[in-house]
Amino acid sequence: MSAVVTAPASAGTGQAPRGAPRRRRWTRFVLPAYSWLIIAYLVFPIAVMILYSFNKVTTGLPQVSFAWNGFTTQWYQQWKDIPQLTSSFWLSIRLALAATIVATALGTLLALALVRYRPPQLRGKGFLEQVMFLNIAAPEIVMGASLLGLFVTINVARGFLTLLLAHVAFSIAYVAITVRARMAGFDRSLEEAAQDLGANAWVTFRKITLPLIMPGVMAGALMAFALSIDDFVTSNFVSGAAVPFPVWVYGATRIGIPPQVFVFGSAIFAVGILCALASIVVARRQT
Amino acid sequence: MTDTDASAQDVPAAGPAGPADPPTVPAIGLDGVAKEFHSRGETVTAVRGIDLAIRTGEFFSMLGPSGCGKTTTMRMIAGFEEPTRGTVRLDGRDVTAAPPNKRDVNMVFQSYALFPHMSVFENVAFGLRRKSVPRDQITRQVGEMLEIVDLTGREQRRPRELSGGQQQRVALARALVNHPKALLLDEPLGALDLKLRQAMQVELKRIQREVGITFVYVTHDQNEALTMSDRIAVMNDGVIEQLGPPRDIYEHPATRFVAGFIGTSNLLAGSLARVTGGQGVIEVSPDERIIVRAGRSELTVGQEVELTVRPEKIELAAGPGPAGGCALRGTVTEVVYLGTSTSFSVHTTTGADVVVFQQNSASADTPVGRGDEVWLTWDPQHSYPIG
Ligand SMILES: Nc1ncnc2c1ncn2[C@@H]1O[C@H](COP(=O)(O)OP(=O)(O)OP(=O)(O)O)[C@@H](O)[C@H]1O
Ligand SMILES: [Mg+2]
Repeated sequence: MSAVVTAPASAGTGQAPRGAPRRRRWTRFVLPAYSWLIIAYLVFPIAVMILYSFNKVTTGLPQVSFAWNGFTTQWYQQWKDIPQLTSSFWLSIRLALAATIVATALGTLLALALVRYRPPQLRGKGFLEQVMFLNIAAPEIVMGASLLGLFVTINVARGFLTLLLAHVAFSIAYVAITVRARMAGFDRSLEEAAQDLGANAWVTFRKITLPLIMPGVMAGALMAFALSIDDFVTSNFVSGAAVPFPVWVYGATRIGIPPQVFVFGSAIFAVGILCALASIVVARRQT
Repeated sequence: MTDTDASAQDVPAAGPAGPADPPTVPAIGLDGVAKEFHSRGETVTAVRGIDLAIRTGEFFSMLGPSGCGKTTTMRMIAGFEEPTRGTVRLDGRDVTAAPPNKRDVNMVFQSYALFPHMSVFENVAFGLRRKSVPRDQITRQVGEMLEIVDLTGREQRRPRELSGGQQQRVALARALVNHPKALLLDEPLGALDLKLRQAMQVELKRIQREVGITFVYVTHDQNEALTMSDRIAVMNDGVIEQLGPPRDIYEHPATRFVAGFIGTSNLLAGSLARVTGGQGVIEVSPDERIIVRAGRSELTVGQEVELTVRPEKIELAAGPGPAGGCALRGTVTEVVYLGTSTSFSVHTTTGADVVVFQQNSASADTPVGRGDEVWLTWDPQHSYPIG
């Protein structure tokens, strides 16, 4: 690097300044091109899904075919023609919302405890953090299998409740870590100032602490929602009679995916895009 | 902390404030207050034991070097720290165990601690809203307070859109709008540059006069304390070394620490050769003598005394002057021009180095230069025995 910068300067007047920019002109496209390639790599499968949600089906069976048969909005009009798919989709939505609310509340409190307290008050803080990272790093299949074992042992009927418990369990750590990152550098004197001005602990939390960590809480909530809505491995173990969307889709692949799956997939993606845009707008407005 | 406390004095009387004190209940009373912190098995004593009676409406400063316990003392008054020993009283009421939101004092933080997600208006209105003051009254009172601190028209700004001095004034308004019994200010001007600092000093004094609230002011800037305060407590290592009006502190430093910490002070020492009429004389040579008046204790012949003389009280002279005055001979080692005055360092025959300030007047005398032999003379009333 430094050689590239200094050599032309010592080489003399006329040539050198022209030499350096030419070399830069060459390379300055490398990183942008690379970035766009990565984006294409990430977006391509989604684009295929959206595209095929508009594909006609020529066989009698309502199955996605991967030959292009022509454009249609038929599947968008008939989006709820497969009752099991629709009900599994709504189950996933309800599950994701419930899991998000519970996991966000619990994870935020955990983050507060981890930031605020040190060993005398919070014994085993290091252990707690280890468990949190283990929870994230542990293979999901281990967690799913062990949860199933647990639920069978204590004889809990598999259904919405077991799904909720499992989804909350794997989301808490993500929320806690996201919120904790936001809490770094939080000025405690703001809370003291609020107390000093007559706010009790609850008012201080609601008026000062929570609004200030809100971006972190929202990011954690979005992550919890995203983790829950597409979870297959754990859900497959603990779902029982209540079949969430990903589990149903997996089951359907064995006989052929109905095009409505792509419609739901595209819808979820669209909502995700909207959420991302909204968070960008909010972030812009705040700064 | 508890009622089985070691502090024996339960009388909220004036204590260190002096005999001239009116027998009223002090706005803030500290009785034997001490604070120890325990961190990683070690015990740090931040405040060793403080008795204090701050009067209603006074501008009271706590002055001392870094780490002497000023902030800790203030946080115990505000309620953020619970004293290890002793009692905190506000208007005579024991508030030692009360949380900050149950104490009628407000604090201005060194970092201002303005709420970044609220407008200037909402910041100032925060305390009033907690007391469920009616809406129209909040608008009126906040408006009035912003006018006092000269921020009218900036109600809807966010704190980060204000300059340092403006933020400082918002912090002040946010505390004052609640009409607290006392306002606690922890180095409120520390983050400002010199010009703004001086302007804010005048401003703070004006506001204090206008609202008539007790100000407790923490600073480690002695000039700030001397110019603004009604009384100053000079702290060192968790105790109050001296408490009194600025003039007293400056002219009669009670301890060697205070003499060294406040302004420039010349320390002289010697043993008394004669004591007559409450005055002791240290004979340096037939012409040279230092005369001291008896301070708190009697003087005796042969006693070793230490005393301080302020640099501006000493004159550079051609001769030893009258026999009733102090006189020392010495050689000028340094001359520093300071604008309105000149500072001379003089190495005296006693071995002590003495600093002398001389006003630079238009009718300048014959200039004194480095290496010149001079006489230092001063009136005995400016020699203060310490210890
Ligand atoms: N929370 C705490 N835990 C442990 N020690 C503390 C704590 N707060 C203060 N101390 C110690 O107590 C002593 C007094 O601190 P304090 O903040 O009162 O000093 P200060 O006079 O305000 O100093 P400065 O002028 O630097 O602000 C210091 O030695 C400090 O290290
Ligand atoms: Mg301090």
